[in-house]
Amino acid sequence: MSTVTEATGLGSYLEAFSEMRQRTSHQPEWLRTLREDAFGQFCDIGFPTLKDEAWRFTSVAPIARESFSLAEGGAAELTLEDLKPFLIADAACRLVFVNGRFAAELSDCEPLPAGVEAGSLAAEIGSNPAALKSSLGRHLDLGTDPFCSLNTAFLEDGGYVRIAKGTVLASPIHLLFVSTDLDSPVMAHPRNLILAGPNSQADVVEEHVSLGDAKLFSNTATELVAEENAVIAHHMIERENRTSFHISTLQMHQERNSNVSSHSVLIGGALVRNNVHPVLAGEGGACLINGLFLGDDSQHLDNYMLVDHASPHCASHQFYNGILGGKSHGVFHGRIIVRKDAQQTDAKQTNRNLLLSDDAQIDTKPQLEIYADDVKCTHGATIGQLDENALYYLRSRGIDETSARELLLFAFAGECTGRIRSTPIREHVERIVRQSLPEGMTSDGTGEGAERRWEEIG
Amino acid sequence: MTTVNTIQDLTGGEYKWGFVTPVDEDNIPRGLSEETIRLISAKKNEPEFMLEWRLKAYRHFMKLLKEDAEPKWAHIKFPPVNYQDIIYYSAPKKKPSAKSLDEVDPEVLEAYNKLGISLNEQKRLQGVAVDAVFDSVSVATTFQKKLAEKGVIFCSFSDAVQKHPDLVKKYLGSVVPYTDNFYATLNAAVFSDGSFAYIPKGVRCPMELSTYFRINAADSGQFERTLIVVEEGGYASYLEGCTAPKRDKNQLHAAVVELVALDNAQIKYSTVQNWYPGDKEGKGGIYNFVTKRGKCLGKNSKISWTQVETGSAITWKYPSVILMGDNSVGEFYSVAVTNNYQQADTGTKMIHMGKNTKSTIISKGISAGHAQNSYRGQVKIMKDATGARNYTQCDSLLIGDKCGAHTFPYIEVRNSSARMEHEAYTSKVGDDQIFYFRQRGLSAEEALTMIISGFCKQVFRELPMEFAVEAQKLLGVSLEGSVG
Repeated sequence: MSTVTEATGLGSYLEAFSEMRQRTSHQPEWLRTLREDAFGQFCDIGFPTLKDEAWRFTSVAPIARESFSLAEGGAAELTLEDLKPFLIADAACRLVFVNGRFAAELSDCEPLPAGVEAGSLAAEIGSNPAALKSSLGRHLDLGTDPFCSLNTAFLEDGGYVRIAKGTVLASPIHLLFVSTDLDSPVMAHPRNLILAGPNSQADVVEEHVSLGDAKLFSNTATELVAEENAVIAHHMIERENRTSFHISTLQMHQERNSNVSSHSVLIGGALVRNNVHPVLAGEGGACLINGLFLGDDSQHLDNYMLVDHASPHCASHQFYNGILGGKSHGVFHGRIIVRKDAQQTDAKQTNRNLLLSDDAQIDTKPQLEIYADDVKCTHGATIGQLDENALYYLRSRGIDETSARELLLFAFAGECTGRIRSTPIREHVERIVRQSLPEGMTSDGTGEGAERRWEEIG
Repeated sequence: MTTVNTIQDLTGGEYKWGFVTPVDEDNIPRGLSEETIRLISAKKNEPEFMLEWRLKAYRHFMKLLKEDAEPKWAHIKFPPVNYQDIIYYSAPKKKPSAKSLDEVDPEVLEAYNKLGISLNEQKRLQGVAVDAVFDSVSVATTFQKKLAEKGVIFCSFSDAVQKHPDLVKKYLGSVVPYTDNFYATLNAAVFSDGSFAYIPKGVRCPMELSTYFRINAADSGQFERTLIVVEEGGYASYLEGCTAPKRDKNQLHAAVVELVALDNAQIKYSTVQNWYPGDKEGKGGIYNFVTKRGKCLGKNSKISWTQVETGSAITWKYPSVILMGDNSVGEFYSVAVTNNYQQADTGTKMIHMGKNTKSTIISKGISAGHAQNSYRGQVKIMKDATGARNYTQCDSLLIGDKCGAHTFPYIEVRNSSARMEHEAYTSKVGDDQIFYFRQRGLSAEEALTMIISGFCKQVFRELPMEFAVEAQKLLGVSLEGSVG
């Protein structure tokens, strides 16, 4: 906590919180207590610094320095036409949130298949708060992550998805978070709750996009509970504008034999941090954490994973690929904890990175903490460049250098996108990735650089 | 390879080096003060620059102490150390810097004989020169004459300060400055002795150099400092061994090792660390808080660390290489074994600064009983380190369900031409592996020993021959009683 934070940063949060307090005074006691406690915790911890091991490579000073106000609701000027580029073709349901608030007129949820509830969390809090009491805020770790506390303190709206026992949903649920052009820097704290009953199956997409260049601090948190035998996939697509700050946390609680996959694609944002925290609480759970981050310009993309193996016979597999160009800074921080009783754990972690420019940076920290003995844990990390031989192979077949590079980069990204099971989502993500492999990334490679180096050596 | 005999040896032996030698000790009073520093410096009859350097370090240390700057990030747990309750200097009473072996206290000689380190040159294996450090002082250095013919200087640090002050002044603290870290600062203030080696230009040191450290006195701390400088085109291979008596109280050992390699020079530094690890309940043992660092200053230079860590209640040690010269090479091979309540947090740092620098890290951790074993390593590729290459492999083996094995690698890359790979796995000894051996008539213990020596082979291969045998044996002793 710097004094700067004390002076300006926290002040604006205090103001916003008292506004929040008034607005939500009619809500049930437990919810207000949850908020108050969370805000207290946030004030106690403050923003993390580089001295916090979990934030070693990421400075949140740009966020702490700025003062943000809570975004106003309402999506008056937006039409469905504006959202066209962001839509997924075969979605079962689309929930649109503008600057953190649910926009019913842009959403499309009718008719929902039997056994599926999807809507805005705010509406659910308004109509049926008792049903949320047992799950909302139960799994998120407020004690150590100030951003989760902050999110809980300003908990108001977000996606609410409940899949009933035995329901299988074939097409995806799309949660679309849109930020619009606003005059002053605003913050939004969307909170999602995904509850998957026993034997249910569903795919959820959480996508964050910007219309315009306004600076937004979006701090999202998603709680996902997968009950026995549930098969759930969560997809985080982050493509906000290059001035925005984005912090997101996905907290997953997995019961016996559940199978959860988390896919994240980080493309936009100036400062992005994506936390994925699966807790394998029941025996035989499996989880896949798959991610891709594409950095350019002076973007900072931080991926933080904390996999908690709390039960025996669980498997967790992590695959993260990063492509970094320009002056971007990528971070992969994967942590696997295998608890004492979590025998027969199979944990795997792979991080592969391509550095395309000399000004790009990558910090990777794959970390294993193992307290059980009957385990199989591996981790690997590589950092390198595009394979010159592969490039040569393509060029010798008449493909020009730029296309060849693009092809190879797309193939590298394809390792990650290929793991997305749902076809409409995979196609959606692939289209986004193809658009986002910027020209700068592909041409500003080793071509000239190699010559320069050659001179230096000779 | 392992025979039934060795197994019996192993099961019979606990910590065999735990005896105490009854020598008259010349101790200074407990505690740390400016007086202590002056006293140590005076006892060693040091030139002014040394005393000043020590005092600077002392003042810095007191500042750190006040700020409570003792490093806390490592994955180890221990009660706070009272730095005022340590005897900072302890020496056998007979004249410490013996000119010939006849002058060395026979009790001390006997102690070294018992340890299997004969200081008698005739009886010694050909080709290893030994500097024997007993508590705070070096008691004997063998083969000095033979080495001098080649121009190699190999002596105790105290002698080096007297005879070669220019070299000491030039290189002391050039790799590990006194401000480096908490323990290095303490060492700089109170270090009493250690080894010094200087290999002149173009000389390949004709024999292995080695230091044998022995803690004998109770309540004392050992703070030695080793400095090895290899000039252009030179080569040195250095071995280090250590033991201590069994005591219920923890003793502190905070050493510093500095290596400097100039153009085309090579240094190979091997350690077999076997300080008293404490008993089965985790009582007693040495706190081994060591700073080791090498600097590849010249082009095409190479520094290689090999360590076998079996002893110490707590090991906190990160032998590192700063790769400054173009085309320089750094290597780190490590086997760390922890049993009972031992804790180890060890690894390396490879800092790539020069062009086309290469580094290799092979780390093998074995954890049994209630022990916690961590690998902590950093590979940093700076912006100008074009064409840097790193390969890291850190594997852990778990024996028993109450121990832990952890890996904390930090990889920081600032140059796009870098290529680096990191691999790690953690597993237990497979039941199917044991079954395979047992099918062929080997007992479970034998099977385990063989699996472990296979696991460690990559590292043992790097050790000089005499050490490799010793290391193999040590491994067995450390893990004794952990199967079944």
